[in-house]
Amino acid sequence: MADKFIHPWERVQLARNLKRPTSLHLIKSLFPDFLELHGDRLYRDDASFVCGLATLEGMPITIIAQEKGTQTQEKIARNFGMPHPEGYHKALRFAEQAEKFNRPILFVIDTPGAYPGLGAEERGQANAIASSLARLMNLQVPTIAVVLSEGGSGGALAIGVADRIWMFENAIFSILSPEGFASILYKDASLAKQAAAVMKLTAEDLKGYGIIDQIVPEPGAGLHEDYRDSYRYLKDALIKEFALLQRTSLKRRLEQRYQKYRAIGLAAAEIDLLLESEESPHESPEGPVENQGDRPLRT
Amino acid sequence: MSDFFDIHRQKLAQFNAQFRKRTQFASKIDIPADLFAKCESCGEPVLHEELIRHSYVCPSCKHNFTIGARTRISMLVDNARFDELDPELSAKNPLEFPDYPEKLLSAAEKAQELEAFVSTHAEIEGIRVAIGALDARFMMGSMGSVVGEKVTRLVEFATKNNLPVVILSASGGARMQEGIFSLMQMAKTAGALSRHAAKGLFYISVLTHPTTGGVAASFATLGDVNIAEAGALIGFAGPRVIKQTIRQDLPEGFQTAAFQLQHGMVDLVVERAELKTTIARLLKFHKKAGERHGG
Repeated sequence: MADKFIHPWERVQLARNLKRPTSLHLIKSLFPDFLELHGDRLYRDDASFVCGLATLEGMPITIIAQEKGTQTQEKIARNFGMPHPEGYHKALRFAEQAEKFNRPILFVIDTPGAYPGLGAEERGQANAIASSLARLMNLQVPTIAVVLSEGGSGGALAIGVADRIWMFENAIFSILSPEGFASILYKDASLAKQAAAVMKLTAEDLKGYGIIDQIVPEPGAGLHEDYRDSYRYLKDALIKEFALLQRTSLKRRLEQRYQKYRAIGLAAAEIDLLLESEESPHESPEGPVENQGDRPLRT
Repeated sequence: MSDFFDIHRQKLAQFNAQFRKRTQFASKIDIPADLFAKCESCGEPVLHEELIRHSYVCPSCKHNFTIGARTRISMLVDNARFDELDPELSAKNPLEFPDYPEKLLSAAEKAQELEAFVSTHAEIEGIRVAIGALDARFMMGSMGSVVGEKVTRLVEFATKNNLPVVILSASGGARMQEGIFSLMQMAKTAGALSRHAAKGLFYISVLTHPTTGGVAASFATLGDVNIAEAGALIGFAGPRVIKQTIRQDLPEGFQTAAFQLQHGMVDLVVERAELKTTIARLLKFHKKAGERHGG
């Protein structure tokens, strides 16, 4: 599969293939001892999140996953993987519990996005996502986030702040669905294919930009045809990477996590060289400035 | 395509050069030269002088006029001459999105700003703060790489210098034209704030009309105190998207500042004219012991 060009729209189709395994399938295959635990302790149990405990080579870990469901009834119960605020509260509860017991966390991302509905707004969807982003940045335990199929917008990123972000080869990760993107920028949702082509939403593109760290290969026609090799690859990678992260000092790990996100977009924020060369004992564009306490006003 | 980009770059550079000369002067650049302004809401003419005296709120119908980032800041800080942070950052086109350079240029001309976020450090009633504001006139105040970078630098500047942060938001959310790069700015800005918070420093977020999407779901709702400006629309999804999703009309007052207060998402709803006093009071409560007699 490696050398063949696959149109990003085909990846979108593969990521959404109805037969593609969902998070629970992945979790149960990799972790036969997985024990699901429920609830946010505040409002209700959001079934679009599946959280619980398992062991990886004897080491207890916490798993926090978004689950779309497979059969129609289940999909409805899981709101097609679109969490409400209580889903993010639930995720954060289990993340903080993992921190208490010093357990590494595996996040599995698979959502079209956070749910845009009345109740979600009433219960603070924006703040639920924002709090997750901020808290996961300084969570003390090793964390790895894997985009299984769809990583849609802030609703996906909310559990995508981790020491490592990986993606399955046919997964997509984007600011919005290609349909939503097309509807906003081309005023026509049916131009989703065209949108997918410019959005840079494939694992390959995102690896190229340094936004994700590793691609979990999908040999053959995709996970729905053959998942075993991919799962085995993922499990080996998790064992190796969690071991590495646990050997890294806390301070260094958190600094690396911060810097990883800190660097994104720097290249896209152009620094005007013309003006940089002009006077300016002022800011260095490279980062926070020295000696800022009482900078004189320029007149 | 690359021609557009070159023209865009040149124009922005020129613009930047002129602009820099007057950055310190937060003059009333939002106001057209004519003597009367027409209220965007009720259509009543308002004398400009009177409008300024009323904090850009229509004296007849209480409508909040859209105001730019620079004016926003100048209304809050003690000295309207301010030393802008990172004024030189302007957007690239990371996805090579068609039309984006032109959009940036027309936004720059319209807002008279290089990007949608202006930041500085200044004093509010004698208390030094790191302060920034989004400009809704620049591509709906949307957050792309530059806005994310400038917000992050402002917060890092504050963390380094032990300053409180005040950010005024006005944004439709993440900037679509920069795709995934825009999305990731949510993590970057929220991350910078978590470091600022870990140092015990104070953050006031002021949510003005409108604050939605990726901005609402990152730095704008993370304040130790979240203030909603009266009349602001605040939410995660925009009303149109919600309406399409649930296929029913939205209740009266949905996603207004008052709604957010009622649902526990903001600490205060404050009239525009009262913002400075309220922020100053909050800042005074958070002065560190050693500073209490200073300012």
